[in-house]
Amino acid sequence: MSALASLPPKPLVATAAASLASRARWKPAEIAFWLATVASIFLLPSKHLILTEIAILGLFALSLDLILGYAGIVSLGHAAFFGFGAYAAGILAKYGIIKEPVLALLASGVLAAALGFVTSFLVLRGSDLTRLMVTLGVALVLREIANQLDITGGADGLQGVVMEPILGHFPFDMFGRTAYIYSLVTLFVLFLIARRIVNSPFGLSLRSIKGNPLRAAAIGIHVNGRLVTIYTIAAAYAGIAGALLTQSTQFASLSVLDFERSADVMLIVIIGGTGYLYGGLIGAVLFKLVQDYLANVNPQYWQFWLGLILVMMIMFGRVYGAIMAALIFAICTWTRLPFMQSIVFTLVVLAVLGIARPQILAVTSRITERAAAIQTRLRARLARKPAER
Amino acid sequence: MAPALQTQGLVKQFGGIIATNDVTLTVEKGARHALIGPNGAGKTTVINLLTGVLRPTAGRIVLEGRDITDLEAYKRVGLGLARTFQINQLFADLTPLETIGLAVSERMQLGRQWWRLPGSKPVVIEESVDILNRFGLTDAMNERTATLPYGKQRLLEIALAIACRPNVLLLDEPAAGVPEAERHGILDAVAALPSDVTVLLIEHDMDIVFSFADRISVLVNGELFVEGTPEEVAQDPRVKAVYLGEEAHDA
Amino acid sequence: MLTILFDGIAYGMLLFVVSCGLAVTLGLMNFVNLAHGAFAMAGGYITVILVNRLGLPFLASLPLAFAFTAIIGAVFERTLYVHVYTKSHLEQVLFTIGLVFMSVAAVDYVMGSQQQFVSIPSYLQGQINFFGVGIGRYRLLIILVCGLLTVALQFALASTRFGARLRAAVDDARVARGLGINVNAVFAITFAVGSGLAGLGGALGAEILGLDPHFPLKFLIYFLIVVTVGGTSSITGPFIASLVLGIGDVAGKYYVPQFGSFVIYTIMIVVLIWRPQGLFSRAVAK
Ligand SMILES: Nc1ncnc2c1ncn2[C@@H]1O[C@H](COP(=O)(O)OP(=O)(O)OP(=O)(O)O)[C@@H](O)[C@H]1O
Ligand SMILES: [Mg+2]
Repeated sequence: MSALASLPPKPLVATAAASLASRARWKPAEIAFWLATVASIFLLPSKHLILTEIAILGLFALSLDLILGYAGIVSLGHAAFFGFGAYAAGILAKYGIIKEPVLALLASGVLAAALGFVTSFLVLRGSDLTRLMVTLGVALVLREIANQLDITGGADGLQGVVMEPILGHFPFDMFGRTAYIYSLVTLFVLFLIARRIVNSPFGLSLRSIKGNPLRAAAIGIHVNGRLVTIYTIAAAYAGIAGALLTQSTQFASLSVLDFERSADVMLIVIIGGTGYLYGGLIGAVLFKLVQDYLANVNPQYWQFWLGLILVMMIMFGRVYGAIMAALIFAICTWTRLPFMQSIVFTLVVLAVLGIARPQILAVTSRITERAAAIQTRLRARLARKPAER
Repeated sequence: MAPALQTQGLVKQFGGIIATNDVTLTVEKGARHALIGPNGAGKTTVINLLTGVLRPTAGRIVLEGRDITDLEAYKRVGLGLARTFQINQLFADLTPLETIGLAVSERMQLGRQWWRLPGSKPVVIEESVDILNRFGLTDAMNERTATLPYGKQRLLEIALAIACRPNVLLLDEPAAGVPEAERHGILDAVAALPSDVTVLLIEHDMDIVFSFADRISVLVNGELFVEGTPEEVAQDPRVKAVYLGEEAHDA
Repeated sequence: MLTILFDGIAYGMLLFVVSCGLAVTLGLMNFVNLAHGAFAMAGGYITVILVNRLGLPFLASLPLAFAFTAIIGAVFERTLYVHVYTKSHLEQVLFTIGLVFMSVAAVDYVMGSQQQFVSIPSYLQGQINFFGVGIGRYRLLIILVCGLLTVALQFALASTRFGARLRAAVDDARVARGLGINVNAVFAITFAVGSGLAGLGGALGAEILGLDPHFPLKFLIYFLIVVTVGGTSSITGPFIASLVLGIGDVAGKYYVPQFGSFVIYTIMIVVLIWRPQGLFSRAVAK
């Protein structure tokens, strides 16, 4: 095998390089997405509080996507790192250990990363089920600790957190404008890093591990090492998200470690789709908007509809399930059905849909095929146009 | 000169089943060694033991004079031991180009880099395309692996092991499941392997085995039954008995 | 001291009756039903309605709680759960969490968010003195009922035709199908009975565990511990795990309240890492 003689044709190498690089290229939709977030600073001044929540939730979901979407690690306890970061930031500020918010944010991220590193060894082995329960257990242990310790304020939460101006210049304001810009900038910077990571050789190796850990090891990849690394990075991201929450609300309570928080973030990533980074961000936007809307329509019972969305998405696929759940909700709202009757109606519809599932799936898969056909035809036409010009 | 690969008294038990029983095997450097035996004889288990997928119950494994019995699977690859799988083990969501590029960059110790974009190292791409080219996979290099026809996937399975640039290559039934018409592509690829690579081949097709191997070991019920040159093995009455029994069984 | 042991046993037995259905579904169809606690909650609320609102005698309401929850379980199994058996564990978890969310919100609305109490008849209140040990009558009832159930369950699994089929299906669903066992029907019945038992446990336990709409989430971890620590290959494993957990939890809260539930969570993690198949399962070769 002489290396020179078998050199492949140049153009082939160039195409290969181009196609490898194409995954990492910025697409117009991405640029539009980030321009829209910048625009929201100026266009939606009255919504900065909820937008901050969305940005934080998006960062948290991004963190879960790093392990779930890229490395295939399932977790029902990702709130452990979020909560750890949240309390870390609160304690750092309250006791004046690190006063400057950006430094405190970084410190919280490092602390959460340390926790992530240590607990990562618990999720290396075992089936998905084991991982789900171990992560759940870790989050519960942490919550129990936070509940018992004095320094965390126990069940009352961590009160009296006062934030210094960011970088010594930008004080947090009443309207949440500073907090929103601060959160957005943090989100964007961390997103850029995450984007770099997932598109790198390291990211490629993660995707291979997710696809087939047995083969990944058989081509010389240190599977466990890579998993520990990404779990630690994801923990840092989650910790920073938690720290942002504490810094922007100047408060941390046990709810940052709740099981519901872990379940919600999982739901967000599932709604938005895994493995392309934007899933968590889009999911967070949808989740918060729906939560906000539902909480206004029938406050306190929005969990019912949230649960319905989950059930439908698993039964009928992500898109069709969400649409069907939305339809059921819309019918209940338009007919002004009282909640009691809505519950009964929904359960009956669920049962009927469940029985008719094979037929429904046949219909939805036909729709998908049709849509895919239209899409390829459109693509082909679009691709032809520039050539004609 | 130490042999390429050696085992001493290798044993593997699954609960009550003894899948590998006291296997002492030597594969010389540069050999074309075939490991044959009826279904369930324990051939794949031996490969799994050699590559570290399974841990032996007893016995040692020595690669080029170095004891690797307790070494983790991925480290053995770094020492030049690569394999293919009887049932394709590929990355369904990656393209062949990404798959091979991954193996090449891992071999070059670039796999931990998180700041570089894939495709920015010309050496990696050149070698990847070269390998794909040799296996006739360049046409399909940007398709999702899962969408490739089975024959191409089988080629990729072998190409991926080659991308690790092994000194010792273990092939577990490379032509398994490939339709007759596409078989020659696989066999050509196996025949074209560089001669300095030591190959241990598992195969049921005796034509392939006898045209390829310069040494044959026969495994039955987890035990090494007969070992020798193709002529010796072909003439051994015990092997005939085992295989005639098998063929009668198959028919 | 003995009183605490006694309370712990009662608590553990309750946990077992509630969790055994979960152990069987997990073992049989490899299905993770995080909504299992919702069935226990259903049983509890059914009893509250029957006893407090309709004035039924407490003891008569117990079999009804079992029957109603079993029916609910069967309906859900046939219409919804059956579609999720073949999905990944992650999807099963999401699906059942969805059901939990729905049940929590629905019960919250219908019954209110406050804790519910079942009016226990006077003959079950108070303590009887047994060689100097104070034993709560109600807890004695729990131990009797749950003990009988456990024995009955053990008998049903070990010595009946249905039990044999169930065990065949647990061991290997494919082989069982090959043998002509209707695995789907076996599973539907098992699921219904498991739900019914959870309902009965919820009815009996409303008094001890506390009944409010967040019940399924609050006790989720306990059921999971029973199943993970006990393993799913036999019924003895979860039984022992339940007793140990029950006694440990009661004693822990009494003697070292500052540790809270910390210890049992940690034990769960350790067991999961150390023996993913459960402490009491047959050793599985790696
Ligand atoms: N992970 C495992 N657990 C339990 N038993 C196993 C395991 N792997 C293999 N076996 C058993 O070990 C024996 C040898 O299997 P192996 O796959 O090595 O045979 P083989 O020679 O490769 O057969 P084939 O020609 O069909 O590929 C078989 O009886 C098989 O059932
Ligand atoms: Mg084999």
